[in-house]
Amino acid sequence: MQIGYPILSTVIFLPIFGALWIFLIRRSSETFIKWTALLISLVTFILSIPLFSSFDKTTAKMQFTETHGWVPSWGIKYALGVDGISVLFVLLSTLLTILCVTVSWNSIKEKTKEFYAALLLIEGSMIGVFCSLDLFLFYIFWEAMLIPMYLLIGVWGGPNRVYAAIKFFLYTLVGSVLMLVGIIVLYINTGQGSERTFDMLQMMTTNYPYNMQLILFWAFFAAFSVKVPMFPVHTWLPDAHTEAPTAGSVILAGILIKMGAYGFLRFNMPLFPEATKAMAPAMMILSVIAIIYGGIICLGQTDLKRLIAYSSVSHMGFVTLGIFALNVQGIQGGILQMINHGIVTGALFLCVGMIYDRTHTRQIEDYGGVATVMPIYAAFFMVFTLASIGLPGTNGFVGEFLIILGGFTASKTLGVLSATGIIIGAAYMLWLYQRVFFLETNPKVQGHPDMNMREILTIVPMILLVLWIGIYPNTFLSFMDASVQNLIERINSVPVNSVSVSGNEKILSLITDTDTVIEVLK
Amino acid sequence: MMNIPFPDLRPVTPEIIMTISATVLLILELIFKNKGVLAFIAVATAAVVLYTIPSSHGQTFGGMFISDTYSTYFKLIFMINLVLTILISLRYIQREKAEYGEYYSLLLFATSGMMLMASAKDLIILYLGLELMALSTYILAGIKRHDIKSNEAAIKYFLLGAFSSALLLYGISLIYGMTTTTDIYKIAASLQNSSTPSLPLLLSMILIAAAFLFKIAAAPFHMWAPDVYEGAPTSITAFMSVGPKAAGFAVIGRVFYIAFQSIQTDWTAILIGVAILTMAVGNILALVQTNIKRMLAYSSIAHAGYMLIGIIPGTQESMSAMMVYMLIYAFMNIGAFAIVILLEKGEELSDYEGLSKSRPLVAALMLIFMFSLTGIPPTAGFIGKFNLFMAAIKAGYTWLVVIAVMFSAMSAYYYLRVVMNMYMKEMKEEAAITPSPSLGLAILITVLMVFVIGIMPSVVIG
Repeated sequence: MQIGYPILSTVIFLPIFGALWIFLIRRSSETFIKWTALLISLVTFILSIPLFSSFDKTTAKMQFTETHGWVPSWGIKYALGVDGISVLFVLLSTLLTILCVTVSWNSIKEKTKEFYAALLLIEGSMIGVFCSLDLFLFYIFWEAMLIPMYLLIGVWGGPNRVYAAIKFFLYTLVGSVLMLVGIIVLYINTGQGSERTFDMLQMMTTNYPYNMQLILFWAFFAAFSVKVPMFPVHTWLPDAHTEAPTAGSVILAGILIKMGAYGFLRFNMPLFPEATKAMAPAMMILSVIAIIYGGIICLGQTDLKRLIAYSSVSHMGFVTLGIFALNVQGIQGGILQMINHGIVTGALFLCVGMIYDRTHTRQIEDYGGVATVMPIYAAFFMVFTLASIGLPGTNGFVGEFLIILGGFTASKTLGVLSATGIIIGAAYMLWLYQRVFFLETNPKVQGHPDMNMREILTIVPMILLVLWIGIYPNTFLSFMDASVQNLIERINSVPVNSVSVSGNEKILSLITDTDTVIEVLK
Repeated sequence: MMNIPFPDLRPVTPEIIMTISATVLLILELIFKNKGVLAFIAVATAAVVLYTIPSSHGQTFGGMFISDTYSTYFKLIFMINLVLTILISLRYIQREKAEYGEYYSLLLFATSGMMLMASAKDLIILYLGLELMALSTYILAGIKRHDIKSNEAAIKYFLLGAFSSALLLYGISLIYGMTTTTDIYKIAASLQNSSTPSLPLLLSMILIAAAFLFKIAAAPFHMWAPDVYEGAPTSITAFMSVGPKAAGFAVIGRVFYIAFQSIQTDWTAILIGVAILTMAVGNILALVQTNIKRMLAYSSIAHAGYMLIGIIPGTQESMSAMMVYMLIYAFMNIGAFAIVILLEKGEELSDYEGLSKSRPLVAALMLIFMFSLTGIPPTAGFIGKFNLFMAAIKAGYTWLVVIAVMFSAMSAYYYLRVVMNMYMKEMKEEAAITPSPSLGLAILITVLMVFVIGIMPSVVIG
């Protein structure tokens, strides 16, 4: 457990200071900039490995904690720590950043310096979001990340990048400021006078009145649902994913949108357990809508990146469904599926980026017969396609299975409906694969070289993870056991509020009615 | 014969130094060809004044003038405003051929006016300070004598300003008629027993409020701001966007909380409406501006709206949050204007297209100021808003804060338009800059403060 350095601060601030260092390098020495960025991301990853190897899986307590005073008059502390819910995201962030650096190696030709600096700034603040145990600190990282991400999309993105960037920024900001109001209200109601605190752990032991919980739940929901994104506030995502440069899409799909679901787990559930219970049915219905609606939209897409972007809406629907099922399988599946989605969709965006560097088109109709031109590439893409569908043996299967299990336990109807999402998923992904890789060879893809060593090395770690989680998920599930158990206990420790029951009677009865119909049919 | 004792001058020393220095500058202007000397003297004066302020606490002139922690804090903001304005002016007024010797002298006169306002315990002193400040800024706004826009700005500001002064005087005379005093504390004492406010009292409060709201450019008394900000020399725009606003807030705080304490519910209702309207007008109209000075004018209107939220709850905490916000606003706003000045052609939004390509550092600095004005961490702008909103929520104005944060989110659109032009548009021509050591120093101070306050908020709060 004892490591020679403050591990969390190191992995947060090494990339941030690395970014500042890159700012000082001369603009013309591009190769040096790239190697510096790669080195910093590699060292960060190596330094984050103890989080994996020395993590104590038997406890739900925060680990690797660091606490220092920061703004004493407001009761703000610089408090960091990870538990089973957040630790995997830190590792995923450090890993994906390396891949983002390597995939951008040749495709970013303009303002190289700013690009890599922005990338590292994003890495630092993302990890900060997952490690903060102080709500104020959390909010700082949460918002600070918007600046480099906005630039990443807007400066190095596709033709419609300016629109996509501002849309991303405004959607997120509106949600975030509402959460800010929520945070302040929470702060004022935690402790009295000088004892007031932004300390999350202390807030989690406080029981807030139900009505306040309900309002705060929605305030936090505003920020997190936009990030996830949940139906109906998902419309920024297809634009942002599509227009962002490959590295931006990978970060967005891989980590950034996970912050929303992470927020639900970290804040909404333990802080407002009664409200969570009351709102769970509504959340699950929204999730199922996202699953099915996102899937159907995918079928109609003509743009490669846009299709994968919409598939994220559907996949994140699974994640929130699992989380709000409020049982062990559902939540564990939800967390695992977030990691899976980060790996698989991240990898798919990497793959799309690689072929886009060659053909400079994202239209599906411009492709066809790629399998004959680039066989290695086709093989890699196949693995991720199958993982995205959730084929047994790949990581996607484990996650979706657990989620549907959890969802089914909570409500049979929603469980069944969400399962149709998998069928739709198979339809759009396989159809996509067919149109791009088989059929007649399109002249536009003729004569392009297959993957080079740099690209293969970028993809291989992802393949390994896909198979590892698919075959032996316990390595990763064991990380979250204790924490998830603890979370569920926290939610179940409060009685279901009578007000909440009557308030949600309609939604609940709607679901139970359908459930009885299913029972009868059996 | 009446025996008038000689007043204790210690509390008023800073103002005396400031005024004498301003007068001396007028004479020295005839001697020195190099106006840089005048600027140096002006900065030195500010330093001396800053040094004397803490030791000046007390009352004088028969209780018409008071120097306390409240006024000290505002005087600190005025000094920062003065020094930064001088630093950004030095090279700029040479370039704009507006380097008249009176320039620095008038800046000092305007600042002494503001200091009088912050320290006024009597409505007559208040009016005196207000007029000194206003008359000096009218001239400064029109100091580019051969520029039609500058002339227009000055005459517009003068006409409307004179009108608002008249309103103030009318309000003061009404209250004098009712209470037979102009002393703020005595007014409070004699109004204490009026449980239901009389019509003349309400009228007088509304007239005084209108005059003050004019000074802070709050809607619906904001009409002058965009035109004057656009036409005035940019350095003066920076000066006006902070100084008179801070002075306006200083007198609003003192007059309303003390003199009009008994009718707090009445003026709170008015200020809530004004705050919401101000945020709406500022943020919505800023969206469509194509001139950056006009855009910053509407943005400063919007910021006045946020700061009014600090006045409304009336708690000690919210007042100090408003004052901290003012300080932070001074740094980030003057910083943004400094960048506008740095660019040889920087008044139109389109001048910023592709700036990140030709001047990466300048673009990065502007980006920092824009994000700070939006209120994104880890910049000072966030701390200011956070502090202000927290105080308002503590006092129970959560709904008002929700409105404010929504407008604040909206403001991201127009601030980011500058960033978008700099980073995401193609460069049309290489942007020329006119750097100078003093301007560099001003930018360095402002950008450092934006980050220092953003990361270590303890330096300004508590």
